[in-house]
Amino acid sequence: MRHGKYPFVVGFLFAPVLLYVTYVIYPTLRTFYISMTAWRGFSVEPKWIGFDNYKQLFDDDRFWQAIRHHAELLVALPLITIAIALFFAFLLNVGGGSKGGVRTGVWGSKFYRVVFFLPQVLAVAIVGVMFQTVYRPDNTGLVNGVLTKIGLDPIALLVNKNTALWSIMFVAVWQAVGFYVVLFSAGMSGIPTEIYEAAELDGATRVSMFFRVTLPLLWDTIQVAWVYLGIAAFDFFALINVLAQDGGYGGPDGATTTLATELYYAASKSKLGYASAIGVVLFFLTLTFAALTLRVTKRETIEY
Amino acid sequence: MTTNTTPAKAHDSASSTGTKSPAIAGRKRDIRFFSRLSGLALAVWAIIIIGPLVWVFLSSFKSPEEIFSSPWTIPSKLRWDNWERAWNTAHIGTYMLNSVVVVAFSTTLTMLLGSMAAYVLSRYQFFGNRAIYYLFVSGLAFPVFLALVPLFFTVRDIGNGLRNLTGLPFDKWIGIGSTGGLVLVYVSYSLPFTVFFLSAFFKTLPTSVAEAAMIDGAGHMKLFFRVMMPMAKSGLVSVGIFNVIGQWAQYLLPLYLIPGGEEFQERWVLTQGIASISTAAGFKSDWGALFAAITIAILPMIIIYALMQRQIQSGLTAGAVK
Repeated sequence: MRHGKYPFVVGFLFAPVLLYVTYVIYPTLRTFYISMTAWRGFSVEPKWIGFDNYKQLFDDDRFWQAIRHHAELLVALPLITIAIALFFAFLLNVGGGSKGGVRTGVWGSKFYRVVFFLPQVLAVAIVGVMFQTVYRPDNTGLVNGVLTKIGLDPIALLVNKNTALWSIMFVAVWQAVGFYVVLFSAGMSGIPTEIYEAAELDGATRVSMFFRVTLPLLWDTIQVAWVYLGIAAFDFFALINVLAQDGGYGGPDGATTTLATELYYAASKSKLGYASAIGVVLFFLTLTFAALTLRVTKRETIEY
Repeated sequence: MTTNTTPAKAHDSASSTGTKSPAIAGRKRDIRFFSRLSGLALAVWAIIIIGPLVWVFLSSFKSPEEIFSSPWTIPSKLRWDNWERAWNTAHIGTYMLNSVVVVAFSTTLTMLLGSMAAYVLSRYQFFGNRAIYYLFVSGLAFPVFLALVPLFFTVRDIGNGLRNLTGLPFDKWIGIGSTGGLVLVYVSYSLPFTVFFLSAFFKTLPTSVAEAAMIDGAGHMKLFFRVMMPMAKSGLVSVGIFNVIGQWAQYLLPLYLIPGGEEFQERWVLTQGIASISTAAGFKSDWGALFAAITIAILPMIIIYALMQRQIQSGLTAGAVK
């Protein structure tokens, strides 16, 4: 690898770097500048106003509403998804007991794994539209069809302020669980069977096997899952844009709004400096979260 | 439920050699209860996943009266005209074709440019190598939202700028509301992960093969396309699947870069098309067509998944396992 190395290297890097710098790095850095200006997009130059956008943002009730929703999503989305996924992954991999020295899943494991993962290949916006029909407030919706069938009153899930965010969050859980079942399954298959055998000989029940063997040995994977789902909670947009009752603007009455939703609507009203400020806040929150999670949940790695 | 038989039997044979004690009998009852409960939980979740999909599929054949009066039954006949209205009147056919075109171009370009950059960065030493690598990888930390506002103007200005410079209609080709512009943006935002994943992959390939090819007189280009790319096939397939599914599902970028209105609507992609017909005035009442549209949007992905679920599962989780 001597002659002609540099022309080759430059030739191969030119196009990818040019595209990446033009469409990712440059706009990303420019956001920080625009967030310090008043700009409606078609005026000649953005006008420098310092931190005014941020001041306005921190005085906005909707901003704090969005932050509160992020806090809820940040706790509930990973917690629920990981709990369900761990439970199923355990059943599908080691729940069936040992057969000829090999740990097996319960009956039908292969089928369940394929079905659970399926929503992952569907586009989130399309899944959202599907759940729009599922959540319809009268008996033409799937949920309320079931409820009226068994003699209960229909619930307007997306219209009621108390249930709207949770109903939307459920769609995210619906879609995500299968991914983490597969992810945790991969981690579980790496745990040596001798450990389970030893635990079984010592009289461990399945429940204690789960908490004493599987969970500690899977800690690294769970940590990754938590960071992924946390970031998903910050980037929550498509489902709300499709499902929120007031045409996607975090309704009813801001009960489902997130920072991404606020950003999108500020941008569509040409409040570009303000929208950029929301983007910057979102970026720092995401970064802080990822760093904190990796730091706080750090444990001794168990070698096996 | 047949779920409980296998584990219970397995345990039977294991314990039959020992003496039966009340403790073991108790544990057996415990296990049987556990597997029955777990079988139920799995079945319930499977129904929660499949139920809405089957329900939407069945509803896509129903008349409005049927949707109202009997949301539960099998449709009385196959009303393909619902599908026809969705495909033509609601333009799902056009949106689907647009999505296919965008994803075909953007994934091909992502794979080509991404593997070129990853290959050079992982196997050649030169000044600035690490700086460029970290420039790419840092992109993994930026949410798309951070660049969204200026991105619109970048795309617009590049299209207009090149048009003024060359006199050719670059604004139509890669400006706002163009398929080409969307492709370039998709490629750029897919590069960080693609480069990150493939550099790690190229590093694991043996150097001996590359050296042998060099001794045989292969140049850098030939080495890359004839030797390294075929060796990296499994990694390329994983990232390829990851990019196809990710770019197919993209919603925010097309929503922002291909605005509504007569001028651009014919270039909408499937996700924004479906999202908009669910609120469009004409289709608010035509529920048969709406259900058909959702089914048409979902069906291809389910078929592809059924055919290659193993590769898709490993492709999508590959990034997280690393």
